[in-house]
Formats: sequence, structure tokens, C-alpha cells
Amino acid sequence: MPRTELRQLQLERLQATVNRAYRNVAFYRQRFDELKLSPEDFQSLDDLGRLPLTGKDDLRAGYPYGLFAVPLREVVRIHMSAGTTGSPSVVGFTANDVRHLAALVARNLSAAGVTADDVIQISFEPGIFTAGFGFHYGAEALGASVMPLGYGNPERQVRVMRDFRTTVLVGTPDYALTIAGAMEDAGLDPHELSLRVGIFGGEPWDESVRQTVENRLQLRAFDCYGLAELGGPSVSFECPQHSGLHIAEDQFLVETVDPVTGEPLTAGEEGELVFTTLAKEAFPLLRFRSGDISRIDETPCPCGRTHARMARVSRHADDRVVVRGVCIVPSQIEALVGSVPGLSPACRIVVDRSSLLERIEVHVQLAPGTVPDRVGRLIQMEAEVRRKLEETLGLPVDVKLGAPGTLPAGAPALEETS
Amino acid sequence: MSLLRLSSVRAGYGGLQALRGVSLHASEGEITALLGANGAGKTTVLNAVCGLVPIAGGDVFFAGERVTGYPTERLVRMGLAQVPEGGKVFGELSVRDNLLLGAYSRRGRSSRAEVRDDLEEMCRMFPVLREASSRRGDTLSGGEQQMLAIARALMSRPRLLLLDEPSIGLAPMAAAEVLRQVAALRELGTTVLLVEQNVAAALQIADRGYVLEVGQVVLEGTAAELLASRDVRRAYLGRDYEGI
Repeated sequence: MPRTELRQLQLERLQATVNRAYRNVAFYRQRFDELKLSPEDFQSLDDLGRLPLTGKDDLRAGYPYGLFAVPLREVVRIHMSAGTTGSPSVVGFTANDVRHLAALVARNLSAAGVTADDVIQISFEPGIFTAGFGFHYGAEALGASVMPLGYGNPERQVRVMRDFRTTVLVGTPDYALTIAGAMEDAGLDPHELSLRVGIFGGEPWDESVRQTVENRLQLRAFDCYGLAELGGPSVSFECPQHSGLHIAEDQFLVETVDPVTGEPLTAGEEGELVFTTLAKEAFPLLRFRSGDISRIDETPCPCGRTHARMARVSRHADDRVVVRGVCIVPSQIEALVGSVPGLSPACRIVVDRSSLLERIEVHVQLAPGTVPDRVGRLIQMEAEVRRKLEETLGLPVDVKLGAPGTLPAGAPALEETS
Repeated sequence: MSLLRLSSVRAGYGGLQALRGVSLHASEGEITALLGANGAGKTTVLNAVCGLVPIAGGDVFFAGERVTGYPTERLVRMGLAQVPEGGKVFGELSVRDNLLLGAYSRRGRSSRAEVRDDLEEMCRMFPVLREASSRRGDTLSGGEQQMLAIARALMSRPRLLLLDEPSIGLAPMAAAEVLRQVAALRELGTTVLLVEQNVAAALQIADRGYVLEVGQVVLEGTAAELLASRDVRRAYLGRDYEGI
């Protein structure tokens, strides 16, 4: 679709979305009214900037159904996002939303060369998070043969892959490497398998990981990007050019903003991605902060698609990392550590990804001037901070307590080893 | 490729603003339906496109050209034709003269032979018009008048046909026949913007559609999506409680 026609479609859909959000979602109506804005004020795509950003906190405040734009009886499915603190985001789908998502994922899969003839092994868990069902419905809409294996025993993944002659693997890049390891342990050569395409997402990964996965599994690896809040694994995808991810601009309006000030940036500048849904019935979002840092490229792609491309997400705006599916945000960890009397909030988080079971170590130090009267008190403090962290993250955490000044000043708060 | 494009159009009558920023498009060769309750602004969209209602804001593009504020006769020469609600055929004129009047905008551009061929084509499409060729327009039944009105509009060889409630006031059989003829226009390659109060019937023949509420678009989608939308079903089809 030529970009002028795309702009027209976006304007039509933006106005319809704004009109419905204002009529049906109290949160947005209140925001508009406070700012003395009316849906009529959105006469061009640029007017979108008059609205404030919507953050994950706003979604939490509406937990569970506060931001739904249709009555619950019209919602046919409910998903959640993973989150470390407070309530998760809750996302509803109407029957049309489910069909849209399936069609969109099918479109993305076909851009990677996947067809109805493929046998697709999905190693995202078909559960409350959006990735498993999103890919499942998309692959079925494409007419492919779908095996919803989920996570679990990598040896079984390899066995199924060999016996069922799987041609497409869908999952996290990390898990793909685990499967590659299991394949090598079983003494299998990737050439004995039928794999040809891998669709990987759910966590940031880079070109070196792509090369490793492609070599070890003998397939072409494609990056995909999505957010539970935006309906799942459908927001952007790589075409065979592998030069950025095409954003489904007929479904989402994308902007980049300064992650600190929230001020809009011009196309091409690196910033936080902000999305507005254009075709969601149950859960429309206006200017939703993704927390992901990227760049938008509107220049034409050699593949011929006119949808703009985003650079692969390199990091999150708040430097969060994902460990065993749980988002870890350093600033939140620091706040927790600082809440223990006698401890400095400064800490160092070490994520050890060398073994299959990823581990987290949190190095903390005594606040300057704190002189514990006895060793028992130190052990107590260590235990208290561990309890707090484990309660919040739901993961086992190792805590190392040091004297004031043990942590080098200016060192990164987060370190990953693999 | 969109033949007609509205970008945030505002229009109204006196102090009443009937359209409050409407954006929509009609793609070449497709039937696009405008749906909504009475007073939602559907007819005003058609009238704003034809220059019958002044446009207070926004723009209209036709065949890639900005036509905002163009006088109606100029738009008709560019290939726009409207069939108003109820058809509005000329009662004292014969069916044949009604049809010939439809070709008025082509004077000087088409030969008599071409017009005669088109007249023959209309009689082939709507056989009832051939039989009634010399009868006065007001002696036709409601359904026949509606067909005459559509045929009269087609005589101008429009690129875009604006149809306002073609089935209103017709008996069910006649309404179905009129809509069947509208669907057949797609085969001729005519682009249609259709306002129709019979939502289910309109979505049966349309490719895409828009739902208007008090002068604003609240839903946009393919006909299948709109048919499946609970909003549309609840508001216009009265079918929300099926199965309970």
C-alpha cells in the first residue's frame, strides 16, 4: 500500500479508535475532559501528540477490566502480561480481535516464507501470556500444521522435530539454543532435521545470536516483536532482508519519544517506542509506552513493503532484563534493597545465564557509616533483603553483602554472564 | 487505489454541525457502505461530497484531485453521480426522457450513437424500463422508480455512484431486487458509496463499510468484520440476544 493511502487509512482508524475510546473507556474520557480535548480535535495524525502518554501504571490502575472498551460479555478471550510489581496488564479480545490477530500473525509468518505446507513447532507456552496462542492461531490461519509443544523437556522437542519433520521453529532465541544443545547431545546433525525457518522473539537478541542459532540449527532465523498489551506477537517482524522489523502500520501507529521527558522525537532518532492501536475493539490503547528502545526507518525496504521498519530492540528504557520469563528492573531492585535499614540502595545485579537454569545474584553493601554491632545482625539483613527480593520476583535470589564502598562506583548496575 | 477520499471533513446545516471530522475512502471498483442510525450524518456525507452542503473543514479528494468546494455541476462532469433518497424521478417525463436527461452532463462529449447505446444497455440491465419506456415516471412502482433513478445516474457514465437509501420504502421483494442490481454494478466497474438503513442487506453486497454515530466514524472494516461486530449487531441488527 502506498504511504499516502496508508496515512489515510491510519487517520480513519485513529479517529474511529479515539471516538470509541472516548465513548466507552472512562479513563480516556476523563483524560480528554481534564485537558478540554474532544475526539473532534484529532483532525490529523499529528494531533495525536496532544494526548498524554499511557503508561503501564495507568493499566495497573485500571486492573482488571477498567480499560476495556466493550462490555465483558463481548470479550471472548483474556490474556495478561508478565510483570514484576503490582498487578499485571490485562488484555481483552473480541471475536474480531482474535481474528485480526490471527490474520496479522499469519501475514508476518508468510513474510518469513512460511506457507500452508509447513510443520510448525511452537515452543511458547500456550497460556495466559500472548505469544503461544498468538502464534498458534496465526499459523492455523495460514493453514500450516501446528504443534503447540510449549516449553519443557528439550530432548522431547528434538525428538518431535526429527520424527514429525518440523520445518519451522517458533520460540525464544534462548530456548532455540537450548534445543540446539539437546540436539547436539543426542548426537544429531542439524542436516538430519527438516528445519528451514526459525521465528524468534520474546527477548532482545542480536546478530551474533542469529548467526549461532542459524549455524547450529541450519535454518534462517527471523526476529519478531510484540507486546501483550498490544495483543501479542504481531506488532513487527523481519522480512527476508533482515534489515529491521516492519511494523504493522495498518494496525498500529508508532512514535518514538524521549524515554525520560516523553517528548516526541523525529523519525530516525533512537528513543522509546510508543504505540496507538488502530483496529482493536476490546482493548484500544492511545500512545502506550512500550518501554523498548529502538529507531524508526521510513525509507523504502528493498523487499517492497511500504510499512516502516524499526531497528531490533536493543534494550529497555528502564534497563530491565528478563530472567526465566520475569522482568527485572534495576531501579525496582534498588528500591527494595534500600528499604532494608542499614543497607545502601546501590547494588549490582548479576544474571548468570551459563547454565540452563538462569540464576540471579544481587550484590549489596552497607550504607556508609553503618557499623553493625554483631555478626548476627549482618546475617539478618542479608536474609531480610533476600526474602523481599524473592517474594517480589518469585525467583530464588543469591544475596552477597559487602562493606560500604565494596561496589565500584559508576559500575553498571546490571551484569549478565553467559 | 481510493477513488474518493475524505479527510477530517466537517459540514453542517446552519448552526448544526452534522459531520464532526469524518475521514473515509471508497476504493475503485468497490462498494463502500455507510451505516448508522437516523441523524448520524450518512446523507450529509453524500451531500458534502457532491457539493450540496458547504464543507466547513477538512478536504475531499476525487480521483487524486482536491475537489473541496467544487460546484456540483463540475463534480458531475468529473464523474460523480448521486441517486437521492426516494429516487426523485421526473414524474411528468417519460422513462426514456428521464434516462436521456441522465446523459445531460455528457453533451458535447459523447455522440448521439454512444448515448443511444447506453440507453439500450440500461434497458438490458433493467428490462422493466424497456417495457415502460414511454410511460410517465410517476406511473412506475416504487421499486421501478428506484431502478429508473439508478439507471438515470448511470447514463452519465459516473466513476463514482452515490446511492442514498435505495431500498427505503420498498416492499421486501422490490428492495432485494434493487440491492441485487447495486451489487451487479460492481461487475461494470462502477465504484459505489452506499447509504442504506438495511444494515444486514447492505453488508451482504458491500466490500467495506463505516459506522457513523452523531457525525463521527466509530467503526471501520470489511463487510465481514462489521457483520461480526457486536457493536453493529447490537445497534442495528437487533440480534444481540440470539441464543439466550
